[in-house]
Amino acid sequence: MNRIDPVTLAPPPPQLATVHATPAVEILSAEKTYPNGTQALLPVDLTIAEGEFITLLGPSGCGKSTLLKMVAGMLEPSDGRLLVWRKPVQQIDESGRKMAFVFQAPTLMPWANVQTNVRLPLDLAGVPRKEADARVAEALALVGLDKFAGALPRALSGGMQMRVSIARGLVTQPDLLLMDEPFGALDEITRHKLDADLLDLWRKKKLTVIFVTHSIHEAVFLSSRVIMMAARPGRVVEQFQIDEPYPRNADFMVSPQFSRYAKQLQDSLLRASGTHDEELQS
Amino acid sequence: MSQTKPSIRVPLLRRPAVQRVVSPLLVGVVLVAIWQAMVSIMELPPYLVPSPYLMMETLIKDWVPLGNALLVTLKITVFSFVLATIAGVLISFLFVQSKRIETALFPYAVLLQVTPIVAVAPLIIIWVKDPVAAMTVCAALVALFPIIANTTLGLRSIDPDLQSYFKLNRATRWQQLVRLRIPSALPYFFGGLRISSGLALIGAVVAEFVAGTGGSGAGLAYQILQAGFQLNIPRMFAALLLISLTGVGLFVLMAWLSKLALGSWHASELSQD
Repeated sequence: MNRIDPVTLAPPPPQLATVHATPAVEILSAEKTYPNGTQALLPVDLTIAEGEFITLLGPSGCGKSTLLKMVAGMLEPSDGRLLVWRKPVQQIDESGRKMAFVFQAPTLMPWANVQTNVRLPLDLAGVPRKEADARVAEALALVGLDKFAGALPRALSGGMQMRVSIARGLVTQPDLLLMDEPFGALDEITRHKLDADLLDLWRKKKLTVIFVTHSIHEAVFLSSRVIMMAARPGRVVEQFQIDEPYPRNADFMVSPQFSRYAKQLQDSLLRASGTHDEELQS
Repeated sequence: MSQTKPSIRVPLLRRPAVQRVVSPLLVGVVLVAIWQAMVSIMELPPYLVPSPYLMMETLIKDWVPLGNALLVTLKITVFSFVLATIAGVLISFLFVQSKRIETALFPYAVLLQVTPIVAVAPLIIIWVKDPVAAMTVCAALVALFPIIANTTLGLRSIDPDLQSYFKLNRATRWQQLVRLRIPSALPYFFGGLRISSGLALIGAVVAEFVAGTGGSGAGLAYQILQAGFQLNIPRMFAALLLISLTGVGLFVLMAWLSKLALGSWHASELSQD
């Protein structure tokens, strides 16, 4: 593992395997201070290369969702800039590339069946029905829900609803996938399954993923790089490269390396917060 | 879901759908029986309390005037209800366009609601020449507010994450309205319809009382007034029964529509068993 100098937070050195490509996301001193003076996020400098699987890890209130929403353009930074594919977030349509956002909750339309829910971004973009339906079928097959196209969300389990939400994210064939604690509300077994599926998709589709979680184990299992954040005020404290080969499977989760990474992240977190009662899942 | 259950094995009377009809019917039968018994035992004269039997007899005997009156009242109720629904929905759409519009106009919607219709009705009857149209306007005014209030609330009650998702995908205002706001508002809208259908009937009856039109355009309220003057209490009861049944019918119709539209997805319409 390569510890990155916590003071300058420079991007990892170029010899690292994942960071030779062009940047997908550049966060340039972006910060968020609310008008009432609350500092949600101190200035962050971060470059994310294409093809990376980045995890934003930290306790509640560390600004990880805030940072993700700023990348998505759902929140404006109070200072600093964010570039996605070298363009301001609002203009990424011109780049011809797409990003997709997956929320913590499935966020489906309860009145519409799975197929209509997944087709939503295509419908909004005016994609012809026939082509849209073909792409929906493809996305549903990808998450293993092709037999449930006609089902209403309430007939599905929480994990299946989350898969629908992910299929809706994938149906636009995005290059960048932003995920805000997508599996936080699911049981352990379902979560592991979806984590593994997500890694498969990431490799198959050559996506860039920014994944928010408060689970150290999930972060180690998924990421090529972990961005450690701390709360009060929200800030980035350290970065860790997880130099383990993909594909990763359940064996990796019980390996000594895995425990070593987890321990290092845990220590880093405790150092950063200076307390031992952080709301962390391990 | 209920249709997937093996309904054959459940005894007929145990089925929730059957119980929903049978239980209130039983209560009704018992109440009518007590009523009939009380009238017989205490020998109450028909000009005070007619027996249920006499009421039904009168209903059949006087069916021609009563049936015509029912049609008139029904016509006013349905027209006013449709008018209130259309106007209410349009006003709600206007309200959700901006908070400022709603803030400026909402007090007037309340004003309309709290002013007793009996007090306003004479004015409307003077202004609107055609009595049926006048009574329709009166009843629509009574039925309007719940539709405005509920639909506005519904159009605003959107899952904030879902709304962010629409914005993230650059959805136009129109797309948000059609694909997000209107479906989200439906449960609230149907709740408003249920209340307003009853209010439209009340409004129609009140308007008829105030207007007091005789002749061919006379509704059930007029029948009640006339029967009162003539101390024809059995006929009064028969007219009353028709009004109640109309109200129940409207309510059932609205519940059915609501189930049709929301049954598959909204919590309010899902069976609890």
